[in-house]
Amino acid sequence: MLLRYTFHRLLMLIPVSISISIVIFMIVHLLPGDPIDNLIRIGSSPEDRARLVTKYGLDRSLISQYFLWITSMLRGDFGDAIVLRRPVADLIAQNLPYSLTLGGLAFLFSSIFGMILGTISAMTRNRLVEGFVRGFILLGSTVPGFWLALLLILFFSVQLGWFPVSGARGWESLVLPVATIGFGGIALVARVTRVALLDAQREDFVTLLHAKGLSRGTILCRHLFPHALLPVVTILALRIGWILGGAVTVEFVFGRPGLGSLLIRALGQRDYPVVQGSLLMLALAVMLGTLIGDVAQAAMDPRIREGKS
Amino acid sequence: MTMSDNPRRSLAARSFHAFGRMNVSRAFRSVVGKIAGGFIILLVLIAVFAPWIAPFDFAAQNLANNNAPPAWPHLLGTDEFGRDVLSRVIYGARTSLSVSATAIALSVSVGMTLGAAAGYFGGMFERAVMTVVDLTWSFPDILIALIFVAILGPGLTSTMFAIAIAYLAQFTRLTRAQIVRLKRETFIEATINLGAKPSHILLRHLMPNAIAPVIVVGMLAIGDGIVLEATLGFFGLGAQPPTPSWGAMMSSGTAQLFLSPWVIIFPGIVVAVTVIAVNLFGDELIRALDIRDRLREA
Repeated sequence: MLLRYTFHRLLMLIPVSISISIVIFMIVHLLPGDPIDNLIRIGSSPEDRARLVTKYGLDRSLISQYFLWITSMLRGDFGDAIVLRRPVADLIAQNLPYSLTLGGLAFLFSSIFGMILGTISAMTRNRLVEGFVRGFILLGSTVPGFWLALLLILFFSVQLGWFPVSGARGWESLVLPVATIGFGGIALVARVTRVALLDAQREDFVTLLHAKGLSRGTILCRHLFPHALLPVVTILALRIGWILGGAVTVEFVFGRPGLGSLLIRALGQRDYPVVQGSLLMLALAVMLGTLIGDVAQAAMDPRIREGKS
Repeated sequence: MTMSDNPRRSLAARSFHAFGRMNVSRAFRSVVGKIAGGFIILLVLIAVFAPWIAPFDFAAQNLANNNAPPAWPHLLGTDEFGRDVLSRVIYGARTSLSVSATAIALSVSVGMTLGAAAGYFGGMFERAVMTVVDLTWSFPDILIALIFVAILGPGLTSTMFAIAIAYLAQFTRLTRAQIVRLKRETFIEATINLGAKPSHILLRHLMPNAIAPVIVVGMLAIGDGIVLEATLGFFGLGAQPPTPSWGAMMSSGTAQLFLSPWVIIFPGIVVAVTVIAVNLFGDELIRALDIRDRLREA
């Protein structure tokens, strides 16, 4: 059943990825002016121009141009970067591991601490602790990531000199970026965990467990957690996309290599092959994240795989 | 027994109730509501009357006094061109608030129209709209905004459209959920049986009942829009110099991070406090209008 659901979800990804690729393909064509002017290097000859026109098939219809573009993309040929003068595929291959490390660590960090914090705030009777956690959740979900990153740099790198200001050498350079992305993530996960646990606590079976004389700890670990896990997993899966969004900002601020900083730099330089390539990779990552989340949900909740939602 | 005491009042009754109470002043009753709402009103006033409030011209350069720390007469210091940070923060409120509010207003109107049409007419149209909406729903707002800035090119206008598109899915989903739910209510059935035209049902009965949650979510989204505007401005893709915007100020301040951190700290504090105020006030509105359940439907 789960296999069939996964297969179904994979099939649903096909129209989604086609639509996204069309939007990204259209970026170059919607720009004002001749797409070639956007692709061409300064100082190139008319022959170069003619070669580019044939290469991108700009003398053909838009639809066949799209198919030309998407087939070369599928072959792993993302074109050449205009400013950096290298194949875009190389640039992506070079930057992807950095984004994956940062995203993965930030995901783990925010999931673990978010769930702990959410549990504490749901379970505690101490109003001070609860107020603190609620304040943290509010701050974490509102403070702009790039500003937090700058503050962390100012305090921990400039004032205390504990961590490097920028770059990606060694584990020290990962601490502040992971903390920045994690801060917002912890707040989100904590909020969802808190609400899910509070909801679960109101169920009749929990009253029964209390009446049976089980300890609060046992009820929490054996009964409340499994019950509350589903909404938490849902939000964690959605987080994959949000972490990528956060990574874009944070990579840029910390001057780390990665897909996000590649994209922002390319946008500033109007290097459209790079923009298209990195956007396509980020979009793919978001879709895969959502897919994993949906399948994980379906594995936990039979109602979802039976297609009742 | 008044209607509000009846725990089993129908959704329709409650909706009419909520709409009848679309009375924002209730959100000001609590302390939090007073402080947050007061701050928002103050900020709007500052933005409107910026030329009279700002102590200096936001673009006046004074290279002899650049990167000066906060002191009299430059209360928040000066930036790398010697421009007064306080005046730029005050003028920045204009840019940030107007861009975000316009973008969200656009997004709400388009999203409500799409969502209402999808929810009311159903069928292929609904499926087409919801497929696109669900597609953008899973994407982080910054990524959607970046895609559209890539198409439209950097600048304030494209920032506005990018923000509008980034939050469109949210309003479409919410409106559709409201309309679908309301369509099943008896009073709508009765109106249909009385021979009302679809446009009458949609505009006079469904929309007025669906509007409260959408407006509140729109109000909350203005806060997200401010952050998104600041982020795009920070990337150098939003407001272009010398237009003062909170994000753009921080962007040019990064180069002087060690020399003059106040150029970054103060606009950031204003962004953070504004967004917190918008969120707190939004929460008060949700409580005042009793619409928390209806927000969960979407």
